Amino acid sequence: MAEIFTDTIWPWLVFIWPWIKIPVLILVIIVPVLLSVAYLTYWERKIIGWMQLRKGPNVVGPLGLLQPFADGLKLFLKETVIPSGANPIIFLLSPMITFVLALVAWAVIPFDEGWVLADINVGILYLFAISSLGVYGIVMAGWASNSKYAFLGALRSAAQMVSYEVSMGFVIVTVLFLVGSLNLSDIVRAQAGGIWNWHVVGILAPMCVVFFVSTLAETNRAPFDLPEAEAELVAGYFVEYSSFPFAMFFLGEYANMILMAGMTTILFLGGWHAPFPALEFVPGIIWFALKIAFVLFFFLWVRATFPRYRYDQLMRLGWKVFLPLSLAWVVLVAGIVEFTGG
Amino acid sequence: MSHITRAVWSFALSELLTGMALTLRAMFRPKATLNYPYEKGPLSPRFRGEHALRRYPNGEERCIACKLCEAVCPAQAITIEAEERADGSRRTTRYDIDMTKCIYCGFCQEACPVDAIVEGPNFEYATETREELFYNKQKLLENGERWEAEIAANIALDAPYR
Repeated sequence: MAEIFTDTIWPWLVFIWPWIKIPVLILVIIVPVLLSVAYLTYWERKIIGWMQLRKGPNVVGPLGLLQPFADGLKLFLKETVIPSGANPIIFLLSPMITFVLALVAWAVIPFDEGWVLADINVGILYLFAISSLGVYGIVMAGWASNSKYAFLGALRSAAQMVSYEVSMGFVIVTVLFLVGSLNLSDIVRAQAGGIWNWHVVGILAPMCVVFFVSTLAETNRAPFDLPEAEAELVAGYFVEYSSFPFAMFFLGEYANMILMAGMTTILFLGGWHAPFPALEFVPGIIWFALKIAFVLFFFLWVRATFPRYRYDQLMRLGWKVFLPLSLAWVVLVAGIVEFTGG
Repeated sequence: MSHITRAVWSFALSELLTGMALTLRAMFRPKATLNYPYEKGPLSPRFRGEHALRRYPNGEERCIACKLCEAVCPAQAITIEAEERADGSRRTTRYDIDMTKCIYCGFCQEACPVDAIVEGPNFEYATETREELFYNKQKLLENGERWEAEIAANIALDAPYR
């Protein structure tokens, strides 16, 4: 058996490795992301349940741990309904766009020192561009469904995502001023050496809050979940979706949440670095995962706490509060960097 | 509070943090959930659930076919037919309740002069077909036999208030 491996399989593996390397690495990233998405839905229901004095799912499997798989299986066994008035091609294309965009962004995320699929020098721009493209999936879904609820949900979503991207962009600019690089790994390396070096402490602390709230709006999460306001719009842009296309929207939305939590971690929470130099012996990937989980807990916590914004309040917060605040901070940080030579 | 202090507190997100502290505390409080099929909440003795026709301890049915329940039923869910029995007493030959019509108001048990028709404590009688919910006399008498202990206890508990 051992000879077969060393004589036959190993040389072949070495031969084809350059071809299968990228697909294998993609799988190594995508599978844990999708598993985290499954368990994010579980923890969302658990944590919101706890905060509402309920127990959350606890029937399927021990502690309800198999619930996400039961939910997924249920979705896949259902019928894919395409409304007769819908444009079937765009209707089926838009969930794929949302899902694919939520996954391709992971290519530039550095999980640990050197653990990154594409270590490109414009990583942060790529990430920003991909998350902005996400609005296309939603707008196309709303349009192709040929339903007024879906259409209104898509319009709201587009307006909301565009508005909050503006201030998100300025927040990223303040980070870039301090770091001096667009490479995500460099941004993390600039925060090495303990919690007091992270961007969340110090001059960028308000920007961290602005960024986090903007990511809530960007991922259409409560309290900015107007696109799916079930009281008025039933479910928003995916009312007409069922079965697998719906599952893809759902997975894409939650993968986006995890991605945004990852982005917050990289920009403000020191990425793979331990909070104290004494804890550096723990692998960076574990710190990275823990920090993402921490930010995601905030996502769920906020959802359990705050009521939904009214549409004009949402726009006021985005354009009249966050935009001036982040602009002022760009000027402030630029001044500090200029005068201290930082 | 002056405008300045209010603005400072507002920029420190004090209201938001107060709210989030509240939900965080709630997360660790004991949960109110009942694990329903395994745990059940308490029921009042006046609870109006599934109907039952009772019998006297000697086995004689209580119902004398006075049809007061049929007359009082606001949903007209009860249908009764009566005949003289061989021993000369007045008894029902048919006593149907359409449980899909019933609104569980309890007027039938209030109207009954002999405590024959009662609404018992059972509320778990969901069926897979509609037809199973058209109860006849036999079904109602069976309910009476199955739930007699609980029904009698509830009537005794409620008696002081009647």
